[in-house]
Amino acid sequence: MGMTMTQKILAAHAGLECVVAGQLIEAELDLVLGNDITSPVAIHEIEKMNVEGVFHKDKIALVMDHFVPNKDIKSAEHCKCVREFACKNEITNYFDVGEMGIEHALLPEKGLTVAGDVVIGADSHTCTYGALGAFSTGVGSTDMAAGMATGRAWFKVPSAIRVVITGKKQKYVSGKDVILHLIGEIGVDGALYQSLEFVGDGIGQLSMDDRFTIANMAIEAGAKNGIFPVDALTEQYLKEHSKRSYKVYEADADAEYVREVVIDLCTLKPTVAFPHLPENTKTIDEVGDITIDQVVIGSCTNGRFEDLAAAAEILKGKKVKKGVRVIVIPATQQIYLDAMEAGFVRTFIEAGAIVSTPTCGPCLGGYMGILAQGERCVSTTNRNFVGRMGHVDSEIYLASPAVAAASALTGKISDPRA
Amino acid sequence: MKAKGHVFKYGDNVDTDVIIPARYLNSSDPKELAAHCMEDIDKEFINKVKSGDIIVANKNFGCGSSREHAPIAIKAAGVSCVIAETFARIFYRNAINIGLPIIECPEAAVAIAAGNEVEVDFDSGVITDKTTGESFQGQPFPEFMQKIIQAEGLVNYINSR
Repeated sequence: MGMTMTQKILAAHAGLECVVAGQLIEAELDLVLGNDITSPVAIHEIEKMNVEGVFHKDKIALVMDHFVPNKDIKSAEHCKCVREFACKNEITNYFDVGEMGIEHALLPEKGLTVAGDVVIGADSHTCTYGALGAFSTGVGSTDMAAGMATGRAWFKVPSAIRVVITGKKQKYVSGKDVILHLIGEIGVDGALYQSLEFVGDGIGQLSMDDRFTIANMAIEAGAKNGIFPVDALTEQYLKEHSKRSYKVYEADADAEYVREVVIDLCTLKPTVAFPHLPENTKTIDEVGDITIDQVVIGSCTNGRFEDLAAAAEILKGKKVKKGVRVIVIPATQQIYLDAMEAGFVRTFIEAGAIVSTPTCGPCLGGYMGILAQGERCVSTTNRNFVGRMGHVDSEIYLASPAVAAASALTGKISDPRA
Repeated sequence: MKAKGHVFKYGDNVDTDVIIPARYLNSSDPKELAAHCMEDIDKEFINKVKSGDIIVANKNFGCGSSREHAPIAIKAAGVSCVIAETFARIFYRNAINIGLPIIECPEAAVAIAAGNEVEVDFDSGVITDKTTGESFQGQPFPEFMQKIIQAEGLVNYINSR
């Protein structure tokens, strides 16, 4: 029986000819990731294990990004704990203030994840690297600790949903609209324990930044991972960013899928997820009159160069609506620099937005844009759960950078095509 | 191994942000985390929960963030077991890895009411609602996971190999 792309990567890393859905395997890891919230718990766990150091100092990435630059004493203590662990174990890929960026934008940019890899990360959005043709999935801190100690992790081989992307997308439609539409179709547990395998001629229409956004939010459909085939664009990205060799896996023609979902880019419209679940989607022409207090453009989902470019194009030469707070967060130092050189930072500041150093900050209600009771935010982030960005009675509307920027100008959720 | 206690009942898609809001993730101390467990969905939970009590929820319990702080907070609050129709996969792994007993059983998740007294037998997977007398067969763990559970978590399991 044929294997999916995910199953082939897992089989190769488990030293097996073939795996089937439901099989429990132990696989070799190419990279183990943690951040400033999850790593301290993992470090505490690894200290309880009968192991000497870590399995490979080059195959661990520790990225201080959630509450960094530190927002308070406790988060500073967490970072100190990770910094000391990284120093003691000579971790090559430790990224602190000055070098850090939001982990899932940073790792591909630094070339640390490539096609064919198996990656675990103690962060649910680790599934982002599926955009590069890797198997990558989020785990907890204890799995991260075991991964750092042994270089291995156990997996239940997932079945898969085949997502066929066809057609040509319209202006102001982006990867964010593709993934919000999909989550709206299948629900927040629509791909529970499964892979989302993206295929189809429409993928050629999607930039790498679009693909990162789509793979990033696979978890919001409950998926174990999301994965894209490797094409010429992927290979170009890998060659530009990484010195590592990579391996291209393709699904077998007779691979089995539990379900197929077709997304036609021609008819796709800008899409917004209403509170308090990413599956509560409406197309932009269905949203009605929703006034807003804040706009956030950033995060591991939508803080990349193209995201900032899309927002800058709409904001250029204009002013954000008085009373709306607009927070732009480039995801990495390199993206920040590129945005400066492209003139986006000037555009944002002249429009009345602020531009922050890279941080996860407001996405998870950490800092840098917490909402008060009754406030509403249009955000390019990934979750709109109760209390996610602040008060339990605040509201988050998930959208693309183009919708967020258009909304910043009008003070209500707005169509960038208008 | 058995668990027995009174039930706190919740609905679909209880996410890890409401189990333990990120504003408290500047701590990794189980007691501090437990003090804010379920705060954004049920402010009274932490005042009412007693050692041994059981959480029963519908589908996709523990969705969202991978924070292990969520099962740690639930366990440290004294909860002896979580029963749900389905669990989000990262929460499922995390609960097993830290030794918080969880069990999937759609019938029990739907039928058991808040406040009922429930007993869970982990060896047989049988869930008994002592208040109504009804019994349900939960999904037993695969053998591999039973080994991790028997070792009381992944760290001990790795140490024992």
